[in-house]
Order: sequence, then C-alpha cells, then structure tokens
Amino acid sequence: MVIKTEPFILNIGPQHPSTHGVFRLRATLDGEVVVDVEPVIGYLHRGIEKLAEGRTYTQNIPFTDRLDYLASITNNLAYVLAVEKLAEVKVPERAEYLRIIMAEMMRIASHLMAVGFFLNDLGAMMTPVLYMWREREKLLDLFEMVCGQRLTYNYMRIGGVSHDIPEEFLPALKRFVAEMPGFIDEYDQLLAGNEILLVRSKGVGVLPEELAINSAASGPVLRASGVKWDIRRADPYSIYDRFDFDIPVGSAGDCYDRYWVRVQEMRQSVRILEQAIPQLPEGEVCAEVPRLLRPPVGEVYGHIEAPKGELGFYLVSDNSIAPYRFRIRPPTLINLTALKDMVIGWKVADLIITFGSIDVCLGEIDR
Amino acid sequence: MEIERYEVISSDEIDAAEALRINSLKEASQQAIPDPDRWLEEELRRNVLLTTVDYAVDWARSRSIFPLMFGLACCAFEMIGSAASRFDISRFGMDIFRWSPRQADLMIVAGTLTWKMAPAVKLVYEQMAEPKWVIAMGACAISGGTFRESYSVVPGINHIIPVDVYVPGCPPRPEGLLYGITKIHKKIGKESIKTS
Amino acid sequence: MTIALNGEEVAEKIRGAFPGPVVAADKAAVIVTNQSLYQVAEFLKNTAGFDFDYLTDLTAVDYLDYFEVVYHLTSLKHNHSLVLKTRCYERGKPVVSSVVNLWRAADFQEREVYDLMGITFEGHPNLKRLLLWEGFVGHPLRRDYL
Repeated sequence: MVIKTEPFILNIGPQHPSTHGVFRLRATLDGEVVVDVEPVIGYLHRGIEKLAEGRTYTQNIPFTDRLDYLASITNNLAYVLAVEKLAEVKVPERAEYLRIIMAEMMRIASHLMAVGFFLNDLGAMMTPVLYMWREREKLLDLFEMVCGQRLTYNYMRIGGVSHDIPEEFLPALKRFVAEMPGFIDEYDQLLAGNEILLVRSKGVGVLPEELAINSAASGPVLRASGVKWDIRRADPYSIYDRFDFDIPVGSAGDCYDRYWVRVQEMRQSVRILEQAIPQLPEGEVCAEVPRLLRPPVGEVYGHIEAPKGELGFYLVSDNSIAPYRFRIRPPTLINLTALKDMVIGWKVADLIITFGSIDVCLGEIDR
Repeated sequence: MEIERYEVISSDEIDAAEALRINSLKEASQQAIPDPDRWLEEELRRNVLLTTVDYAVDWARSRSIFPLMFGLACCAFEMIGSAASRFDISRFGMDIFRWSPRQADLMIVAGTLTWKMAPAVKLVYEQMAEPKWVIAMGACAISGGTFRESYSVVPGINHIIPVDVYVPGCPPRPEGLLYGITKIHKKIGKESIKTS
Repeated sequence: MTIALNGEEVAEKIRGAFPGPVVAADKAAVIVTNQSLYQVAEFLKNTAGFDFDYLTDLTAVDYLDYFEVVYHLTSLKHNHSLVLKTRCYERGKPVVSSVVNLWRAADFQEREVYDLMGITFEGHPNLKRLLLWEGFVGHPLRRDYL
C-alpha cells in the first residue's frame, strides 16, 4: 500500500495573535513536525534610516523612540550616548544618575511584558499579562510624572536629559522599589513549580553556546546559553561601574532559561535602583550644547545593553547638522538568525513558544 | 508501505505573487477613499414606523461590539492597555478582542501601515461581515504620521479602506481610544435597519 | 572595558601574514581590498591573540564615489574590538564576498544591505530582498534615490 504524503506550507501570517506584531513565518510542516522555517519581515519597514538623514541630530531622538516601543528610554539613551561620543560632550552628574534610574525602570517594564507574553503563548490566556500589566501601569505613572508620556518618551537629550524630576517622583519611586521584590516573589510562587511551564519549556528550543556566539545573539538570549557577556560589565557606559549587581547566566539555553534570566534581571534592576536613588546629587540636568549641533568629521559606534540585547548606533558625520549615515544595529533581528536551528524537528506549538521566548519587537526588526 | 513525497511550490513563486498584489494595490490606491456618511441622510429619519425598531436594534448593536485586534506598531500597546484592568474596555461590552475577522464588527487599526502590509489589511477588511466599522488609531494610521514622506508608508489607511472614526495622538491615551469608541456608539445609533 | 584595537598595529600583523590585502589603516579602522576580504576575515577569526568570534555589526555607507562595507568585530574572550572595511568602486554592480560561512550573524544583515544598497554578496545562500518586496524598483538607501 502506497501512502502519499507531501510537506505542507503553513503561513503563520502577519496578522496573528502570537506573532508579537506584524511578523510572518513560512513554516514547512511534515504532519505537525517543523521541517523548515523562513521568517518574512518588512511589514513595518518605515525607512527610518533614510528619513533620519534629512533631520538634525536632536530631531532624530523621537525616531529612536519608535524602534523598540516597549523600551523607548533605552533606545534614546543609546543614540544620545553615540552622539556624545562623536561630539565629545560631557554630561553632568545629576543627568547621569537620572539616566540610569530611568533605564533600569524601563528594563523592569520591558521584562514584565516579555515574561507576560511568553506565558500568554504557552496558553495561560491573559492572566499573567494582566498581573504584569498592573505593575507596568505603576511604572508608566512614574514615567508620566517625569516625561508626560506613557509610551514614547523622548526624554534624553544630547548632553543630559530634557527636564528635571518633580518633587513627588522620588517618594513614589521609593514606594515602588520597596514593593517590587514582593511582587516578583508572588509571580515566582505562582509559576516556578507549574508543571505545564516546566514540561513545555525545559529542553525546548535549545540554542547551544557556540551557535549563540557565532550568530551574534545578545542580551538574555546569549546569557541563557551560558555566555557571561553583558555590556554593562564588559564595556561600561555612563556610570554603571559604580553599582554592584550580578549577571544571571543560564546553563541549558532553552526557553525556560530565557524566562528565568529575565526574572532574575528584574531583581537585579531593583537592586541597582535601590543603590542609585540615595546617591542622586544636585545640579544641572543638561550640558550646554548648541542648538544645531555640528559634530566633527568622523564615525562612531555606540552601544548599550538594552532589555532585548545589544542596541548599537553607527553614525557617520560630515560636519553638517544632519547625520550622513544613521545605522541601527537591531538586537532582535540578529537574535532571530538562529531560529531555524532552534525549532527544526519540533512541533508547531513549540515553534510558537520558542519564538515568544526570543522576545522580538517588530519596530526594531523592520525599522 | 511506501511513502512518496512531492515537491512544494518554491518560496520565490510565493514572493513573486505577493509582489504583484502589492504593486497593483499601490497603483490603485493613490487617492483617499471618502468617509462613509450614510448617517447623514435625512430621509431615513422620516419613516415613523421604523424609528423605535431602529432605536432598539442600534442600541443593542452598539453595546456589544466585537473589536478586531489589528495592532501594527506602538499604538497596539495602548490598545491592549485600554483592554487591561485599569482602563477597562469591558465596561463597554467589548472585552473579547477577536482575532478572526469573521467574528468581529469593529476593526481598530493601530499603527503605521506600509505598502507591504496593505493587501493583508484589505483582505481582512473584506472578510468582515456587514455591518462593520473602522477606527483609525494614532497619527500614523490617520495620515502617515512622522513617517509620511517615507518610500514605503501608506499616507493614511483611508487610501485602502473607508474609515469611520479617527483617534489622534502619538500614541493616544487609552482614554482617547475610549472616547473614540463612544463616538462610534453614537454613529451606530444613527443607522437604520433599512440600509445596514 | 572593551579595548578598540589600533588599526595600524593590526595592519602590521596582517601584512606579516599576507603581503597584499591591506590598502590603508588608521587608528580607527583597517581597510582591505575586495578580493582578499574573506582571507583576512578568516585570519582575524582563527588566529590566537585576535579570536574575533563575534560579528557585532555589518553595514554599508554610500560615499558617492564608492560604497564602503563596514564590519565591526568583537572578541568575547579577550574583550577587544576592531573595525574592518572594504570598498567597492563600481557603481553599477558592486560585488563583495560573503562571510556567512565564518559568522552566521551575517545572514540577515547581508540580505538587508543587498536590499537597501544594492551590493551583491557572492556566496550567500539566499540573497533575496529582506525588508522591501520583490517587485520594488531601486535601492532606497543610496544617496541618489529620490
């Protein structure tokens, strides 16, 4: 008896609940087992790199907000650090501390979303997302007190930050920092021994160490595979060398490790905030920079440890008011390079959660 | 028992077919589609026999809209925020966001629309059953936003599908979206069962 | 601290291994010829003391006379970095050899450079447009587009 089979191309299309945005996967399936995966992107390509060549350096800061829209402050910070390296601008102390405080708050907010949507993909329909959203709303209130915006902040400027914090900010932040470890413990208690989470994510979507380094993965994806590389330690920017924090490193490189690394990083961010708040000095919040900044001829590559990985900006300047080349190094696009090796041989449901554990953000992939 | 395996169509052919769809849609959508204004027609209001039935049907329809989640970019997170526990959208009867267009009647397009995504939006809009309404949320959906001069951005979704309510902001606060939804309720209240 | 290696010193070592490739070297970067790019990249990856196993960034810049393809390399073991560049002078059909066999990370980034700038990478297994659709005419990030 002859049975005819053929591989089947399934289009996990741009409009889909689990794709975290407009992302398309062309999966070739043999029954339910994945044989080949081809990501198709570009559904949100807005041409930011080309548009930025026609605007001044300060006018490009709102563009950087819209890249990874879940963590806008760290995008602003990466761009502003790159321009300051190029133009050799010195930032006052109070601005440095404010930047670190904002960046670590943003890291907590972004990881809350990453963990919440990962659990959403596993099948816990919206419950973890709504719990995590409760804390995120508190953080968004704090951001709104300072910047006036809930999602796209536009807070950093070349030479510092745009304005000073109001009086009610620090007491509210201290209350939040005191309560947050309790909430992380609450989530751990609900989820750490959960059988479905353990069975479905341990051993699934393994990224071995050599492949992680070869495909230039960065951020929690690289650290979950066992490589201890964090830009805040390896190449410290701003004043990170004054704070004491650990770098959580996983061992197996599977989906569970990536989830675990993110939860531990939230705890370490709270630790940095606890150290930074008492040390906040008085002073100015922005250096004197000309309105139309003309950096000297040259190029620079400035990078930071964004919540999703290593976000870098490569700027080429020809002494005019607009950059000659504005290149964004997208961490999530490069983390996706090894997706094919992580999912071949597994089933469709495992493909969805492996993709969810890499934590992509389409604004950054497509720019 | 033998198993024969067949070749599938290659991804180049799929890409070429998609390119044809995108280019032809781009040629056809250079002008904005005018906004639907059925609700302005006065003669519908004059038929006394139907007005109470109209009122009841419109009241029921507007209090139980099923929205379709079509979040493209940053505005999607304010839309999800309006559905979360703080700015509860389920007080308006809209808490189940449907993912399938066949089960939805309100499409909230939140975020920048590019030419590559445009055929998908048109396809999803056509799959929705009548009566249906569209909200354009955010500056990018209304007119292209900050990315208007780009080579790959559609200057406003009203080039592709007709829009009923525009909610401005970058991104609009969840309260702004809820205000837009109350405007949709009023617009539905002016419909008649003769035309819908 | 990640130390950015001095281009001139690295150029000396490369000249010691192969006499031909290095075109120019200043403090910031090493510029090599098109044809020898793969050889130099392999040397930088495999030699002990350099060990550049992490390709941080791959991009291209359009100076109107030539295209410049820029590679940012990092070594996780020694914590140092280097900038490697190469130039293509033909405007009509610029060709560079691909480094996908050395670093997997170059896969999507080379496709993006092909899509937006029009530089062809020889040896890439799947060189198709990444961000724009197949029927798009032109390469938008070039300085003479629009």
